[in-house]
Amino acid sequence: MIDFRNVSKRFGQVIALDNISIDFSQGSITGLFGPNGAGKSTIMKLIAGINYPDQGEVRVDGEFPRAKRQSIAYLPEIDHLYPWWTLKQAANFISTFYQDWDELRYKDLIPFLNLEEQMIMGKISKGQRAKCKLLLVLARKAPYLLLDEPFSGIDLLTREEIADALLRGYREGEQAIIISTHEIDEIESLVDKVAFIDQGRIQLYGDAEQLRMERNKSLVEIMKEVFRYGNQQI
Amino acid sequence: MDFDNSQPIYMQIIDEYKKSIIRNELKKGDKIPSQREYAQMVRVNPNTVQRAYREMESMNMVETLRGQGTFIIAGEQMRELMVKDMAGKLMKHFISEMRSLGYEDMVTLDMLKHEFESLEDE
Repeated sequence: MIDFRNVSKRFGQVIALDNISIDFSQGSITGLFGPNGAGKSTIMKLIAGINYPDQGEVRVDGEFPRAKRQSIAYLPEIDHLYPWWTLKQAANFISTFYQDWDELRYKDLIPFLNLEEQMIMGKISKGQRAKCKLLLVLARKAPYLLLDEPFSGIDLLTREEIADALLRGYREGEQAIIISTHEIDEIESLVDKVAFIDQGRIQLYGDAEQLRMERNKSLVEIMKEVFRYGNQQI
Repeated sequence: MDFDNSQPIYMQIIDEYKKSIIRNELKKGDKIPSQREYAQMVRVNPNTVQRAYREMESMNMVETLRGQGTFIIAGEQMRELMVKDMAGKLMKHFISEMRSLGYEDMVTLDMLKHEFESLEDE
């Protein structure tokens, strides 16, 4: 389980996270929804152990995130793969770092995502690069999978391929997936837990099906409602 | 399959299976996809599919046999109940929509009669 207790984080004058408490457990796919700058990426970075909280605690299975790096597969929003790498070279690099690398799954997902091992990162399209990034995290058997904006700026067909690969690789009950995005449409039916985040706070958290039942609204509609209401309060 | 995202998805999955049974596309003894296959087919969270399957099991619509898969066990009697239930829901929906348009129930009835007559003329 990933556990946030009263976590705050500032970057200079900017409050990125304002006293948030939330937990993510194995067996669920959680959507972190909110506009750009809401604090979604900061939550991801705290779990990945790249940033530290100013106040409060972040724990992964009861330990500091940095100690649990082998348990966390993180897909950052930025392009982190060297442009001169082929997919195969990137995979070789990552597989030496992580003991949970699963060569069979890697080989299975390459044709599934319409990728080739000889593709050069700097020479392929943005959509193909996004799929390469996804492949490299899905090829690990990590219990925690963090996907920061995996869909941004990517065409619809590629988004669907990404969603399909995600379900194909998903290990029910053993894995917690956290996906941050400001484009909910694509993954509306993929998530079972949702946290709507705005201005560094969790404005609403709940079970996706429960929310639909209570409000007769889609998650997209609920997000609009939550953020409009949230903004009126200021 | 396209879901209406403003309604719980597990209920829509159950409704889809009910409709298949009503239309006789699925019959007692037929095997349906495993939860995992179904989740990938329709691109839905596996927990949501699990919820739908569990519910269908408790309704005695389907049964899951260890190592063999999930099968339809609803027979003709249950199919008839489903037809009635589905018809009832359609009627309720129709009535509430007509009322929300401001029609008196008697007027709606009259309109229905006219509509049936004009359908017969065609």
